[in-house]
Amino acid sequence: MNFIDVLSLGQTTLELGLICSLTVLALFLSYTMLNVCDLSTDGCFTLGASVGAIVAISGHPYLAIVAAMAAGVCSGFITALLQTKMGVDSLLAGIIVNTGLYSVNIAVMNGSSLLNMNKTVTIFTKMKALLSGTFLSGQYVLIVSLLAVALVVAFLTFFLRTKLGLAIRATGNNPDMVKSSSIDPVFTTIVGLCVANSFTALSGCLLSQSQKSTDINIGTGMVTIALASLLIGNAFMGRGSILKRAIGVVLGAIVFRVVYAIALRLQMPAFMLKLVSSVIVILAISGPYLKKQYPIIKRVMQGRMASKASDKAAKEDK
Amino acid sequence: MLTVENLSKTFHPGTVDEKKALNQISFHLKKGDFVTIIGSNGAGKSTLFNAICGDFMTDEGRILLDGQDITFKPSHVRSRDIGRLFQDPMRGSAPGMSIEENLALAAGNGGWFSGIKKSDREKFREQLALLDMGLENRMKQPVGLLSGGQRQALTLMMATLTVPKLLILDEHTAALDPATADKVLRITKEVVAKHNITTLMVTHNMQNALELGNRTFMMDSGHIVLDIQGEERSKLGVADLLERFRLGAGKNLDNDRILLS
Ligand SMILES: Nc1ncnc2c1ncn2[C@@H]1O[C@H](COP(=O)(O)OP(=O)(O)OP(=O)(O)O)[C@@H](O)[C@H]1O
Ligand SMILES: [Mg+2]
Repeated sequence: MNFIDVLSLGQTTLELGLICSLTVLALFLSYTMLNVCDLSTDGCFTLGASVGAIVAISGHPYLAIVAAMAAGVCSGFITALLQTKMGVDSLLAGIIVNTGLYSVNIAVMNGSSLLNMNKTVTIFTKMKALLSGTFLSGQYVLIVSLLAVALVVAFLTFFLRTKLGLAIRATGNNPDMVKSSSIDPVFTTIVGLCVANSFTALSGCLLSQSQKSTDINIGTGMVTIALASLLIGNAFMGRGSILKRAIGVVLGAIVFRVVYAIALRLQMPAFMLKLVSSVIVILAISGPYLKKQYPIIKRVMQGRMASKASDKAAKEDK
Repeated sequence: MLTVENLSKTFHPGTVDEKKALNQISFHLKKGDFVTIIGSNGAGKSTLFNAICGDFMTDEGRILLDGQDITFKPSHVRSRDIGRLFQDPMRGSAPGMSIEENLALAAGNGGWFSGIKKSDREKFREQLALLDMGLENRMKQPVGLLSGGQRQALTLMMATLTVPKLLILDEHTAALDPATADKVLRITKEVVAKHNITTLMVTHNMQNALELGNRTFMMDSGHIVLDIQGEERSKLGVADLLERFRLGAGKNLDNDRILLS
């Protein structure tokens, strides 16, 4: 592999990491801040991709972005409504919406499970045209994704410091406090999930448009990949200001993709991506837990060993 | 300021676990009244507070706050006018958010999209300085780093930052060590006096029950068995109080957390 190849591989990895980091930022809001594990993420990602694709194909490249995000808001609203007002458990609400979205997504794509966008005008082709002739002409995907990530990070850092943002954080941080305060947790949960899902849908929309095709499976496993990235990001910058943590989360998404790209170079087959992300999530969540349990386990083991030894001694005495 | 009329609540009605926790409770508080409440375990003190704050729907009766019927208002709406502290200091603030952010949330001024302004920070700093715990220099630190007493004092500040119509304190010093409890109690007294806040306080400390406030309720089995104020109250000692309870309730005051001195 020569230098140019490495460079272009690095660039695709970076682009992919940035686009997917939008989903990770969505989970940063819903999982880290609101403390809701939103399992509708996969379906919502695909929803953003399919809605964005259909609108773009019908000739509205900018409207496509808005429509995808609006679709994400609707999906988040339903997930939130199920768990706050209709007595559905929060995990189950996500799973139900995710399942339902599969049909919705195929319906949106006019019954097909694959849409080709080779000739479609999208925000990427617009940017490509804009940049043609300048030294950045090859970097249109990178620039669009950087812009999107910068906008979302800027929005989140602003939003999470407003009164509404503080209320959302408190809802996730201390539900007991919120229950006896003037914050309505139903309202904050709904707003939080709507905003988060709009980012997830944006992420899906941008990924499919940058790849010039939308597949019904484009979002499959996204929630685990995003969680893995989020936890990697937290390991870097889990503390400090919201801005720092949000940037950490974006870095986490990129690092995840870099590690994955390297693994691919080392002959790991591509189908391993999802297993790798599962293992990372398991390690990141169980690691700290097991570490905490370790002294107890050690104590029990030592206790067992000691009692065995004394049993043996007693037998020998007889 | 607060009127409670024939308030009743039965938990698990029609089952073996049926429990009449509030039984036709009625009382009226004037603005600025500071009532201390004592009673045995399970007398219904916390349940009365939960009913006033709207944690559950009562079975019978009405609650009026400042002339407004709040009987059927959801709890987060009532909370705009009611400040509330629990025994558990961890319950009143968000540990992962900074002191400043917790205060901003409690201050509740400005619209949904307003941030923390410089003038807000100054106001918070001034208020925190009154606590005399050095918190005014730690405003950016997460609340999770504070001690129980500091957190309870902060919660008290949060509850009174916008002066509530009613302050509800459910054994809010019971989980603190004696010195810290005294300090939080002193701050409570100052804040309540400064803004003339109508207050209900459950305490297990008989001495405090008599010294603080201007009125004392004694509760047993969902009733207020004794309501004393004025001269009658000022002449009472702890022993008299216990005797009055025995006469009113027909049994001894039986509370596992009780402090007689
Ligand atoms: N949510 C509930 N469901 C069922 N029973 C309840 C509930 N809340 C309170 N009770 C019961 O109502 C009675 C009154 O309880 P409450 O907590 O008001 O007592 P208390 O006066 O605060 O006592 P303590 O001094 O121990 O705090 C108790 O018998 C309790 O078991
Ligand atoms: Mg109680």
